[in-house]
Amino acid sequence: MNSFELAARLRTVLPSNSVLHDTEDLKPYECDGLSAYRQLPMIVALPQTEEEVVEVLRICHASKTPVVARGAGTGLSGGALPHPKGVLLSLAKLKRILKIDPFARTAQVQPGVRNLAISEAAAPYGLYYAPDPSSQIACSIGGNVAENSGGVHCLKYGLTVHNILKLRVITIDGEILEVGGEGLDAPGYDLLALMTGSEGMLGVVTEVTVKLTPRPEKAQVVMAAFNDIRKAGNAVANVIAAGIIPAGMEMMDKITTQAVEEYVHAGYNLDAAAILLCESDGTTEEVAEEIERIGAIMNRSGATEIKASRDEAERLRFWAGRKAAFPAAGRVSPDYYCMDGTIPRKRLADVLSGIEALSSKYGLRCMNVFHAGDGNLHPLILYDANRPGELALAEEFGAQILQMCIKAGGTITGEHGVGIEKIDQMCSQFEASELEIFHAIKAAFDPEELLNPGKAVPALRRCAEHGAMHVHRGEEKFPELPRF
Amino acid sequence: MQYLIDQFADAIRMAAGRNAALHIRGGGTKDFYGNRMIKCGKPASVTHGSHDESEVNILDVASYAGVVDYEPTELVITACSGTRLADLEAELFKHGQMLAFEPPRFGSGATLGGCIATGLSGPRRASAGAARDFVLGVRMLDGKGDDLSFGGQVMKNVAGYDVSRLMTGSMGTLGVLLEVSLKVLPTPATELTLRFRMREAEAIEAMNKWAGKPLPISATCFCDGELTVRLSGAQPAVRAAHARLGGDEITGGGAFWESIREQTHLFFQGEKGGREDKGHNGDKGDKGDKETKGNTPNKDLWRLSIKSTTSPLVLPGKQLIEWGGALRWLIIDAADTDAEAVRSAVRQAASDAGGHAMLFRSDGPRTDVFHPLAPAMMKISRHLKEKFDPKGIFNPGRMYPQI
Repeated sequence: MNSFELAARLRTVLPSNSVLHDTEDLKPYECDGLSAYRQLPMIVALPQTEEEVVEVLRICHASKTPVVARGAGTGLSGGALPHPKGVLLSLAKLKRILKIDPFARTAQVQPGVRNLAISEAAAPYGLYYAPDPSSQIACSIGGNVAENSGGVHCLKYGLTVHNILKLRVITIDGEILEVGGEGLDAPGYDLLALMTGSEGMLGVVTEVTVKLTPRPEKAQVVMAAFNDIRKAGNAVANVIAAGIIPAGMEMMDKITTQAVEEYVHAGYNLDAAAILLCESDGTTEEVAEEIERIGAIMNRSGATEIKASRDEAERLRFWAGRKAAFPAAGRVSPDYYCMDGTIPRKRLADVLSGIEALSSKYGLRCMNVFHAGDGNLHPLILYDANRPGELALAEEFGAQILQMCIKAGGTITGEHGVGIEKIDQMCSQFEASELEIFHAIKAAFDPEELLNPGKAVPALRRCAEHGAMHVHRGEEKFPELPRF
Repeated sequence: MQYLIDQFADAIRMAAGRNAALHIRGGGTKDFYGNRMIKCGKPASVTHGSHDESEVNILDVASYAGVVDYEPTELVITACSGTRLADLEAELFKHGQMLAFEPPRFGSGATLGGCIATGLSGPRRASAGAARDFVLGVRMLDGKGDDLSFGGQVMKNVAGYDVSRLMTGSMGTLGVLLEVSLKVLPTPATELTLRFRMREAEAIEAMNKWAGKPLPISATCFCDGELTVRLSGAQPAVRAAHARLGGDEITGGGAFWESIREQTHLFFQGEKGGREDKGHNGDKGDKGDKETKGNTPNKDLWRLSIKSTTSPLVLPGKQLIEWGGALRWLIIDAADTDAEAVRSAVRQAASDAGGHAMLFRSDGPRTDVFHPLAPAMMKISRHLKEKFDPKGIFNPGRMYPQI
């Protein structure tokens, strides 16, 4: 079926203006948040109801047309990059909050609802949706499910997978799956966990029931400056060792601190090698005690400066700098490339000095922000796409960082997903037999590989061609050979 | 220890070659759970495809034991699946940490592998999360005997599908767990147990109302007109919450929660309810480190996992409520009731309440103990089973006859 025939078929089940086929209409869909990768889809479909999603998928299934689902398009790994011969299925029009149940503390929403909109709707009841990815103003809950999104509070409050109860999922052949339930568990295999973070490879989510969390009475943050990144890393370990699970614990290196301070004037210490933000939330009494303990631990860990936020305005100002790290990178450099490796926290200093060495090797600056509580590192590689070859250098630099994360016992992606971006690094993180299991899972849902083909899990052939070195349990194959 | 893995892999390949069922077993403390276990060499009522039913082998994984890696400041422990839960928890306790999902042991031999394979969680589940929420990674053998690792030892990891959580609660039907990495949490600085006299409907109302407030409630239990609530956290928070909630502080709270977790509480023994077991609820209830006897003959124990706000369920037998209303235990005299009528009434009540019901303990035939799956869900589940275990050798029928 050619694209005109397919568009005509889709217009039999969708309103005419919900099927886009002209190049200029397709243009806004050519990339997601990872704009280095661009591709026009053949057709964009914009269903407004679950029934329309089912119909679109049935047509695509029957005509063997690839389907790429898209939420708000804020993803950072190219997971929603269109397929040149496929339908880009936008869920943006399914944006109704179907029900807030304050008594049961749940919200039933369509996939196109923005993450923050759920918390806003729940606010009158003293409740909120806990996972708060930095894009929460714009990103959709459907996309959060596809990527298993986290945020700065996930050490204490969990990721998407910990905060959803139930999904309605449409399979490629148009069948409806009800996954999970209204209780705290469901019979059979945990398909709720399997669907979460599956990057649009297994099904299309049309409804999400999320858990809502009571808004803590109070939150307060301690900002501590360190003259040595190792000391900052130890301070994090000391907080955990004291039995404290902070609501958020974030670290920024010097170059980041300087870049954001110029931008938001948060009052950071510009001489510090690292700034640590450590938040406590809970009842007023609890927070007062915990903040005192955190301050004492920072002091003992060698902080050169310690400030606790005195009021809500100051707390937000302290956080504003951390939250502005990405836009600040955009101010100091024409382009930046955000990485997402996770490492055991104890390896932080080693990995950061490794990144520094790579930075001089490639002649590219790198800002480091770190979800210190859970080991998730976001190096922002600064480059200029207008300089020939610099994007390729930045990508090579990034790939080296991910290899380092795997060697440190970590992973290539903590929360952004594999998408198209890290597909080759998957060959390094997993053995062929493990990738085969991933392909088998895919085949259990979508044997013809029509959903988001070419993403998330590399074909074994691709790994062979890529020639990636598999680093398993911290051991490289052929460790005797030098690597640069 | 590699030799043990090689032995397991050989056993798997041999069983696959002969289409023989393989029953994965750790401490054997949860043999009662799931569809009836086929005993070695003795065919039972569960059949699966073309298996030669006379050939059923037990794959004993208890010997693959020990902590592989534990970094308290990383909040992660990795241990072999044969590690006894008691040993694991003792190690964590030394460093002021715990398995926050409070897995029931049901006997001193309980292992980490069995804990994850059954995916069961205890009283703290409603506030802290379930077993699956704490699983970060697994090392396992699939139906071909391949040694595979998924997830890892870090808190956040979205590389590849979440096989680690898929394995959790899969009843050993997808593979043999070798090692599991778990997130651990600090033990609370203070715990306090409160008791309130209430009717069931009031208790359900109170538990849900309180859960919507930022209160440090870590467990709830309603039984026999008494609502018991545990507060956990920093001392000032626990004190403030007590002042706000009221209720009588009881002594022996630790023993009470242990008796709920391990089902040694009189309710689970199927004895007559009412006021006579009050003393037991308190400080005399500690049987935690003894073997669980299971409930007395001819009692069926049902577990209903439902929407927490569901009004009191009208069903025969006696009920105990946990998890803020989301878990309802029901104990029924199996002898003097129509088993089929009860089964369908219980299943219907759970479905109507947005959840599911399983026959948790029974001396009856124990077939179809888990809530039936919708056909579309069963289709996907069967596909997954076929991919992980092409010859259908792992615990056939233990979860559903079809998988």
